[in-house]
Amino acid sequence: MSAATFRIWRGERGDGRFEDYPTTVSEGMVVLDAVHRIQSEQANDLACRWNCKAGKCGSCSAEINGKPRLMCMTRLNELDLAKPVTIEPMRAFPHVRDLVTDVSWNFRVKQKIQPFTPCAPQAADGTWRMQQRDVDRVQEFRKCIECFLCQDVCHVLRDHNRHDSFVGPRFLVHVAALEMHPLDTADRMAELREADGIGYCNITKCCTTVCPEGIAITDNAIIPLKERVVDRFYDPLKALVRLMRRETRDERRETS
Amino acid sequence: MAHVSLPIAPRRFGETKRTDAWWIQPAVIFLLFSTFIVYSTWAALQGNHYTYGPYLSPFYSPELFGDSAHAWFGPRPGWWPSWLLFSPAILILWAPGGFRFTCYYYRGAYYKAFWADPPNCAVGEPRSSYRGERHFPLILQNVHRFFLYFAILFLVILLRDVWDAMWFTDATGHRTFGIGVGTLVLAVNVTLLGGYTLGCHSLRHMVGGILDRIAERPVRQAVYDCSSCLNRNHMQWARLSLVMVMFADLYIRLCSLGVWTDWRLI
Ligand code: SF4
Ligand code: SF4
Ligand code: FES
Ligand code: FES
Repeated sequence: MSAATFRIWRGERGDGRFEDYPTTVSEGMVVLDAVHRIQSEQANDLACRWNCKAGKCGSCSAEINGKPRLMCMTRLNELDLAKPVTIEPMRAFPHVRDLVTDVSWNFRVKQKIQPFTPCAPQAADGTWRMQQRDVDRVQEFRKCIECFLCQDVCHVLRDHNRHDSFVGPRFLVHVAALEMHPLDTADRMAELREADGIGYCNITKCCTTVCPEGIAITDNAIIPLKERVVDRFYDPLKALVRLMRRETRDERRETS
Repeated sequence: MAHVSLPIAPRRFGETKRTDAWWIQPAVIFLLFSTFIVYSTWAALQGNHYTYGPYLSPFYSPELFGDSAHAWFGPRPGWWPSWLLFSPAILILWAPGGFRFTCYYYRGAYYKAFWADPPNCAVGEPRSSYRGERHFPLILQNVHRFFLYFAILFLVILLRDVWDAMWFTDATGHRTFGIGVGTLVLAVNVTLLGGYTLGCHSLRHMVGGILDRIAERPVRQAVYDCSSCLNRNHMQWARLSLVMVMFADLYIRLCSLGVWTDWRLI
């Protein structure tokens, strides 16, 4: 047992202040344990969201010593307990109370993205065939637990409040999972450039740094999507090739 | 209970609750890139001491026009305006310069270190306005793939330079095979540049990333895997190759100035 102080943000709807809670901590504890101890011993009304305590539900996102992290996956021995440990709610979303924020914007964003649109079934029994190799890439993205830490750290949302014109790294990962799926047929390039605002990402990789699932968000999802957008809209050579192909196709159609 | 008041509001420049030394990383990158820009500009404008024996500085390769034996098309062309400073390097440096400037790694790094957009993750920014790469001028970063085509060409030329750096001319005018420290410097340089260029995101996209089904295309799969493997450490390749290309020029320059002696190993 040793002593530690947690400096927790208390307040409602963005109005509030930090309060210091000295408490005892023991080996193996994570930040969420400390918050629970404070909740039971000193501040019964402290609001915080959590569910699995195993880094899988994505509920306990907060900012610990200024870094967006899951409270249940941040061990106390990784932190300097000689100084107060600050715990704040995520900054990129509207504040509700204490450590809880309203993340519902994310769910609305998801609804706007063209859903999975599979090709016609490939087998007589109405099923599809995929090679493991072809879904490897997509499987990385499906590890996402929707903790929204990447959204929180992304400066386009956090500092520039572009919630109306940028979907954020989480949903670029989602679009990548759909776009790169071997069975998907939908075309999301125009929406990526316009509504999703992929051009706002300036590849500073903060999202990748905070992802608790270790998804290489920038390198494997965002940049490959940016390249696909370049193919479609910003590459004159590709445009020429597309034009020529279309013309040959039309010619063939006319002659036949 | 002690109260410390701090509203949840947009943060001011540099404001953060991070407790680590978050400013060190952008500061180091700022210094490294600035050193490179200053040194390469200076070296490119010198127009001399860029060869030594069979070695040619990578800043000056390919030497299209110039006074050394490496020049492809002879000395400074007559049409070059006399009032304009001439150096073989300025004819070609736009290509590798543009390649690095539009590289995804460098973009992310200099937006942070030079433009504080953001200064580092979860640290307050100096400006509230933001256009990203969605609008002019940064939308032009999308030309990266065209610089890549040149970079691949340059890689082949620099490989050829390593080969040339293995043939020393003796006092009688005979060319003999040999390896000097300079040969190794140029070989390490091209290796690092290769690791950097072949792990480029645009290349990775072209060779395989563009396909949603790659399982039945073994050759593209292998090439894509190689490029992805290099791409995982793209940042390290980018930084190491930057330092090495600077060192290769410095090495040849100092040998040519007689400050350093080039040791013949074979
Ligand atoms: S890389 Fe792009 S999406 Fe990720 S945090 Fe930076 S700006 Fe946001
Ligand atoms: S991509 Fe990573 S950080 Fe973002 S929501 Fe998913 S798990 Fe969380
Ligand atoms: S409580 Fe489920 S991720 Fe932390
Ligand atoms: S992305 Fe870095 S060289 Fe192309």
